Amino acid sequence: MSVQERLKEVIQSNEVVLFMKGSPDFPQCGFSGRTAQILKACDVKFASVDVLADDAVRNGIKEYSNWPTVPQLYVRGEFIGGCDIMTELYESNELKKILQPAQS
Amino acid sequence: MRIQTAIEAKLGALQPQFLQVENQSHRHNVPPGAESHFKVIVVSRQFNEKTLLARHRMVNQILADELSTAVHALALHAMTPDEWSDKNEASAEIAESPPCLGGSVAENAARKK
Repeated sequence: MSVQERLKEVIQSNEVVLFMKGSPDFPQCGFSGRTAQILKACDVKFASVDVLADDAVRNGIKEYSNWPTVPQLYVRGEFIGGCDIMTELYESNELKKILQPAQS
Repeated sequence: MRIQTAIEAKLGALQPQFLQVENQSHRHNVPPGAESHFKVIVVSRQFNEKTLLARHRMVNQILADELSTAVHALALHAMTPDEWSDKNEASAEIAESPPCLGGSVAENAARKK
């Protein structure tokens, strides 16, 4: 399976998935850490992928959505954005709406 | 050309009403003088009627060369003139970029492998 196929499978088989550097409990980048905190604050269950663990994934995810940076959030297969977009959507309460059906 | 200068020049394509490019690399785990982490505030009419995602994509496209090479992180605040004046009137602070947690080191180590 190619990297792009693997990424597609992860993104489509998880309702909410965050590609980040490190893990939600041990983020290795401030932007990644902030996005994981936002999802926790939204009380949503989410999968996370540590892109530092696999170089092919780190490069592949940038191609997947033609988005040059990590973190990246996907909800029900759709690319939502990176840290700045998530922060703005969270502050305007829109992120909760986007996440709603996935709320635990 | 310095990367900061290049970013400022290229974003001129958006005919910004306000543009601020700040090199925040010194706050991160990179060598002195590095130009790897930037914060950009750009206010442009061209963002009118565009979603946040679309605005970010416009900027990513303009800065594709920089983002695929030297620039590691870009904190981006892309606003329309109306949003910008609302923010100023409310004297709201533009969100601070998060602190570094050292990921660049692991990433550069992975690149060298």
